Amino acid sequence: MTSKKTVALFAICMNDVMYPQTCEATVALLERLGCEVVFPEEQTCCGQMFTNTGYHAEALGSVRSYVKAFTAYDYIVGPSGSCVASVRDQHPMLAAETGDKVLMQAVAAVVAKTYELTEFLIDVLGVEDVGAYFPHTVTFHPTCHAMRMAKIGDRPYRLLDKVEGLTLLPLAEYDQCCGFGGTFSVKNDVMSAAMVADKAAEVIKTGAEYLVNVDNACLMNIGGRLHREGSAVKTIHLAEILASTRAQAGS
Amino acid sequence: MRTNEKSRASATLVTPASAPVRRTPAPPAERMIDAPPFPENVKNYINNEQLRANMRHATHTIRAKRSAVAAELPNWEELRTAAEDIKNHTARHLDYYLEQLEANLIKNGAQVHWASDAAEANRIVIALVQAKGVDEVVKIKSMVTQEIELNEALEAAGIAAWETDLAELIVQLGHDRPSNILVPAIHRNRDEVREIFLREMKLYGKAAPEDLDNDPKNLAAAARLHLREKFLRAKVALSGSNFCVADNGTLVIVESEGNGRMCLTLPETLISVTGIEKLVPTIADLEVVLQLLPRSSTGERMNPYTSMWTGVTPGDGPQEVHVVLVDNGRSKVLADTTGREVLRCIRCAACMHACPIYERVGGHPYGSVYPGPIGSALTPQLRGFNSAIDKSLPFACSLCGACAEVCPVKIPLPDILVYLRHRVVEEKKRGHLGLEQTLIGFFGWVMSKGRRFGRFGTMAGLARRVLGKEYLRSLPSLGKRWTASRDLRMPPKSSYRKLWKKRARRKGGA
Repeated sequence: MTSKKTVALFAICMNDVMYPQTCEATVALLERLGCEVVFPEEQTCCGQMFTNTGYHAEALGSVRSYVKAFTAYDYIVGPSGSCVASVRDQHPMLAAETGDKVLMQAVAAVVAKTYELTEFLIDVLGVEDVGAYFPHTVTFHPTCHAMRMAKIGDRPYRLLDKVEGLTLLPLAEYDQCCGFGGTFSVKNDVMSAAMVADKAAEVIKTGAEYLVNVDNACLMNIGGRLHREGSAVKTIHLAEILASTRAQAGS
Repeated sequence: MRTNEKSRASATLVTPASAPVRRTPAPPAERMIDAPPFPENVKNYINNEQLRANMRHATHTIRAKRSAVAAELPNWEELRTAAEDIKNHTARHLDYYLEQLEANLIKNGAQVHWASDAAEANRIVIALVQAKGVDEVVKIKSMVTQEIELNEALEAAGIAAWETDLAELIVQLGHDRPSNILVPAIHRNRDEVREIFLREMKLYGKAAPEDLDNDPKNLAAAARLHLREKFLRAKVALSGSNFCVADNGTLVIVESEGNGRMCLTLPETLISVTGIEKLVPTIADLEVVLQLLPRSSTGERMNPYTSMWTGVTPGDGPQEVHVVLVDNGRSKVLADTTGREVLRCIRCAACMHACPIYERVGGHPYGSVYPGPIGSALTPQLRGFNSAIDKSLPFACSLCGACAEVCPVKIPLPDILVYLRHRVVEEKKRGHLGLEQTLIGFFGWVMSKGRRFGRFGTMAGLARRVLGKEYLRSLPSLGKRWTASRDLRMPPKSSYRKLWKKRARRKGGA
């Protein structure tokens, strides 16, 4: 790496409160790869739980806090396909709905600098082998928003492929939604339950020790089902695997 | 509450003595628009193991076929973009193209009728059939005639409308409603079809052979014999259209079975009912849409039958041709600059076949002749957002995006649904404040300041310290809807924000 990049961590609200280990792993990984990481404290949430439930005005607080938190930085990196996609696709729409030209411009500028973690690693830092060591069997669920909205493609697979000791087991019906869908999981609870039951069954069938993906929201859903069924399969965010090293494993 | 399709179907056979004698099998008595909200209605279907199995098998088979044949064309994406452009252009200039179509139809000997809503369309068709002095018609599968409930309007006027598409026949004889816009009987398996044919055919025409088995070949043969006498007798046929070419007045029907070709050529009078969004400007535009439609729908490179007719051809085919152009809410949709993208739909059903929600319950819980993603986006816009089912349809989606990926005319279905949710909520906000609005309003306030969200994180951590559990197995109120099927992971004692501050202090002190 030629010059040290300063990266603003877009922690994701759910990670901040529920999965701080994912944030710690993201920071450790980026620092190991030579970046300087900062955590802008004005950040809150991408606002998609409001937007996708039909509450656009209520999402504007999130849009404004995102602009305030991240405008000063060149690289904004979030360990979530879903929330990065929401920032990219929905913040410009929400800003446009207000008719506030200043906000629209500010949003456009900050959105252009927002990366999902695997995009930043491969497209900006140009690394696939991050020096990770994870001697376990895992299966990967490419979450819907990462795959179809953020369109991160095969980047997670390319990164997993280079992790020493890791065995990736194929997941049948991998492209099927786990049934989370934010407030969908509560509003359409019976349908959501049927979907997550099927997803958990496919995960268990792989025989993997870990289920990994790039969105903790979906992991909370599938993991909640796995836990209810008494399954031993653990859930883990990709950042945590990539942050793991042989030195840690040895210690 | 409906739990068993079969028992409901046979129950409708018991006709009260006072009811007028029907000519055709009665569909379910409940009006679709009176359906309970989608999440409630799902409960009436999702535990039907037979339905789940039928739907899963059918959607997965057709899904795989679609993606295989779409992948064969190197210019698939360009075709999608071209179709998007053609349909957008046509919609922007719909007034011009509709008048052009009308002029060309008249020039070629067809008669054109305009219907602003379902009632007007039905009145026009009934009057045309009655003018021919007949009391029965044969029908080609048509979504718009399902939408305007033409069959029941005809029945009420003493006219029997016989569905001739195999799947529509199964639906009609089963006292049922279509559950798919392409494969109306997708929810039925061959054993159920056999049962329906044995029970019902004899009541409405030629009986099925008594030794009928469940071999699809034999089921099709029974249907062929049953329909043949109706085709030969019919003086009037009803159709829809897949496309209407404005600059020469040609109507197009694509189909698989040949029943459509029979209807379009045998009877003396042909009445085609079509939505005003079916237009394309020129015959050259068919090159694009006729590549996309069969591959996206049945997963075939080309459909077996493509029929095109331009008004009346003296001495050949129907000598009296009518075209009924139906609005029924479409111009209202066109006026909405975001919502109108749904008018590009060419009714291929790829979105429903790709949908994980549709796959688990079929089309019936949507309370609309258009189910699945396009139905959820189109129906409330066509009907207005007045009924419980229409207000719930935009939310009948986990926003997984599988539908938008396969749509041949690139309708951004998840975006449209998010937009329609906003419309529903804006309307709801004029009413009293519910629990949902209060919660959302509170979190909106929390999420507008980093410091507020930080305090929320601290509270969540405290809750964990008090409860002392990593997972919760049951929650009250709304939370129960989560814990009914899965455990809720609890937050750890410290949020990341706190950990970051500790780390910064450590670093600063070091």
